[in-house]
Amino acid sequence: MTDIQITSPVSAPRIGESAPRPDGVPKVTGTFTFSSDLWHNNMLWGGTLRSPHPSANIKSIDISGALAINGVSAVLTHTDVPGSLLYGLEHADQPVLAADVVRYEGESVAIVAADHPETVRRALAAIVVDYQVTAPLVDPEAAEQAEPIHPDGNLIRRLRLRHGDQNIQGEIQVEGTYEVGMQDQAFLGPESGLALPSEDGGVELFVSTQWLHSDRDQVAVCLGLPPEKVRFTLSGVGGAFGAREDLSLHAHLCLLALHTGRPVKMVYSREESFHGHVHRHPARMWYRHHADTDGNLLRVEARLILDGGAYASSSGAVISNATCFAAGPYLIPSADIDGAVVRTNNPPCGAMRGFGAVQTCVGHEAQMDKLAAALGMDPVELRLKNALKSGDKLLTGQTITGAAPVAEVIKSCVDHPSTLIPSDDMMSLPGGAGRTADPHHIVRGQAMAVGFKNLLFSEGFDDYSSAICHLVDGVATITCACAEVGQGFVTLAQQITREVLGVEEVILAPAATATVGSAGSTSASRQTWMSGGAVQKACEAVRQQLLERIADQHQVNLDDLVLVDGQIVSLSGNFSLDLATATTEPLEADIEYHHAPTYPVDENGQGDAHVSFAFAAHRAVVDVDPELGLVKVVELTTSQDVGRLLNPLQAVGQLEGGASQGVGLAVMEEVLVTEGRIRNASFTDYLIPTALDMPPVEIAAFIEQPEPGAPFGAKGIGEPPSISSTAAVVAALRDATKRELPRVPVRPTDIVQLEDDTP
Amino acid sequence: MTTNHYTLKVNGKEHQVADAWAGESLLWVLRERLGLPGAKNACEEGECGSCSVRIDDEVVCGCLVLAATAVDCEITTIEGLAPEGELVDVQEAFIEAGAVQCGFCTPGLLVTIDKLLETNNQPDDLTVREAISGNLCRCTGYGRILEAVNLAAAKRREATS
Repeated sequence: MTDIQITSPVSAPRIGESAPRPDGVPKVTGTFTFSSDLWHNNMLWGGTLRSPHPSANIKSIDISGALAINGVSAVLTHTDVPGSLLYGLEHADQPVLAADVVRYEGESVAIVAADHPETVRRALAAIVVDYQVTAPLVDPEAAEQAEPIHPDGNLIRRLRLRHGDQNIQGEIQVEGTYEVGMQDQAFLGPESGLALPSEDGGVELFVSTQWLHSDRDQVAVCLGLPPEKVRFTLSGVGGAFGAREDLSLHAHLCLLALHTGRPVKMVYSREESFHGHVHRHPARMWYRHHADTDGNLLRVEARLILDGGAYASSSGAVISNATCFAAGPYLIPSADIDGAVVRTNNPPCGAMRGFGAVQTCVGHEAQMDKLAAALGMDPVELRLKNALKSGDKLLTGQTITGAAPVAEVIKSCVDHPSTLIPSDDMMSLPGGAGRTADPHHIVRGQAMAVGFKNLLFSEGFDDYSSAICHLVDGVATITCACAEVGQGFVTLAQQITREVLGVEEVILAPAATATVGSAGSTSASRQTWMSGGAVQKACEAVRQQLLERIADQHQVNLDDLVLVDGQIVSLSGNFSLDLATATTEPLEADIEYHHAPTYPVDENGQGDAHVSFAFAAHRAVVDVDPELGLVKVVELTTSQDVGRLLNPLQAVGQLEGGASQGVGLAVMEEVLVTEGRIRNASFTDYLIPTALDMPPVEIAAFIEQPEPGAPFGAKGIGEPPSISSTAAVVAALRDATKRELPRVPVRPTDIVQLEDDTP
Repeated sequence: MTTNHYTLKVNGKEHQVADAWAGESLLWVLRERLGLPGAKNACEEGECGSCSVRIDDEVVCGCLVLAATAVDCEITTIEGLAPEGELVDVQEAFIEAGAVQCGFCTPGLLVTIDKLLETNNQPDDLTVREAISGNLCRCTGYGRILEAVNLAAAKRREATS
């Protein structure tokens, strides 16, 4: 267990304290309403017919059999979409319902509303689609040369990055090719929602999502309705991790509710969920690192190819991150990096925690260990020697102006003593209770890795969040559309409000498109900064209004007034008024908070594309049964650059939870896709870490170097835990097995390698 | 569809289930017919434990039990773990230890841990890990959950000493 001190706050905890979650009690009593718990009188159930083929032309769709079933209220196809048929997060390239072609297994073809889920299932089975099956394009490396499978072509985005002198050659060069499999976000709360037709001809949707306003805008276009007639409200979200950044059932539910004039609920099954959301991009990566004989990095060359699957989703941003952060948090004077994300008939890929940087961290950290071996140098020393620091230039030519404590996260992590307690219980062995491992043959490995990525949206995107603060009778109400997905923004919003206004009670209004502007996406580790910043600014504006009003009413000097602990007092000491009395007349501020501008990169991938960066290091200890290929991760230690710790307890939860997703990608998690078909769309076959798989996560240090420009100096902390954790575990497995292990997740066969190819 | 009428005793209260299809799971009937959505539906195939409920003394996956087979049993769901308006030790401990993030796995874990502590109020780390290994959590990495179990066990020992 971690020895971080968690102090329980006495009352009304502010910034820096471990405030309890405001939704804690409803969540432990089962009364918190998740989107799958919604219910309405007279409601219908919705369902989706999905393509069984990764690639096919649709010759005809016959819905008459489904419509004839008793209890079926609607069967809709692409001809029933009144507005744009296409939607998408960055580019509208995905049909709401497939028209003449399907491009991946699971693509939506028709939707049904009926009186019972069983009726829905029978209706879906009664729809007859005549498919002309075509050969799927499944090899990402062949995609660019292949016949386009979409009018927009097969190259979604290529980014070429040329930095520094292109003629530099290092005396020491190491090369490697690495591969990362497709990971699923595997949130527990399935895609679900409830749509209700409105009296004005519009529609209301209660849904679990990451970005209400983007969803609303995309759906309104497809419905052919003005955005104000499409009202989305956040329902309880059972985890997200990127998988809810794209639309899933949103448009379908609205179409069904509008068509039937009745409330319609839809809940995906787990199998459907695997087909119904985007995954982490599989990656193939080639690297060549150049260094001098002292271990100074001179140049990095890399070729990255990501499989975007059938539709673009956020692929453009993913390849941007992969390319910009391809070489890791090191100062390197020269680089030639080519990143491409392509379209195939595989499942669509998009956002998942740490996107782009997770994949490349596997590559650049393997290269750093190879380089250390080639130099005969300690891998930690090599990393420290080349670690980025504030004032250094990235491969994009951008100078890091904020905190960059790379050496600090590395040192504190590797210097932290191991607290591993030896256990001879068979449950502690690789293979666990099956006792398949012989304890005498177990080998232990240990290694570390470091990684980083950008915070907030990049490349010139006008990124903002909105918040309204309403203060009356000493009680503040905050309205913000930030999607609470489990990360604890609701806790922070209360802490920030108390900090600025000195109030005890903070009410959080529902997150909805009808009441407040966009908060942007709960992704890119951005909400603490962006929506936290919006809440801070809204509260500060209300505080200013209040002080101005009091100064005016009581004829005191405005500059003399301050708000302290729920009292408005004058610094000269002759005036005092409590907040509740001072706010019998309400005050309100509605603000939009934008981060510092960023810029697109040029044709060489150079430019000030990012706002800020966050760094983390992990050390992993693993036990391996080399004969059976079984592994057990026995300890993880981490240090993270957090800017400033706003809620220590929630921060621990992010570091532990993020690391568990990294462990999963390292040793067990992969969406297996053959010829475009997902083979393991269930928790029986797609394994995520259980309590027996997950080691204790020791937090060596939160590095607190306040970030200039960030509200309270705090950096987002959600993604870094998932970046270097995978790379550290794989490195530890290499240490134990002495094998190259160039692919994650590492499978038993990779460890056993009956055909020996040890380097 | 053939329909049935039967009575289920949930959290000490009798509920009439009318016109139900015999194939409906206990999870479905609790959530959609009886207005008790506390047990969750993360996989509905017995792999995730989010639907864990108690039937008499056994913790089961509500998704794998046909509701009609649970007549004449005492069914306890998360809604019945504590008296209305109160929290039992495990619920308090989950909040104090930071074991709740998205909260989707929480009801199933609480039912499972409550049962574990009923039989063993001083479980060691491996015992706890094994006891909750059928309850998947995607947010926490289990660290705060294990901490919460320790806290709750201490509370329970104190209460019974």
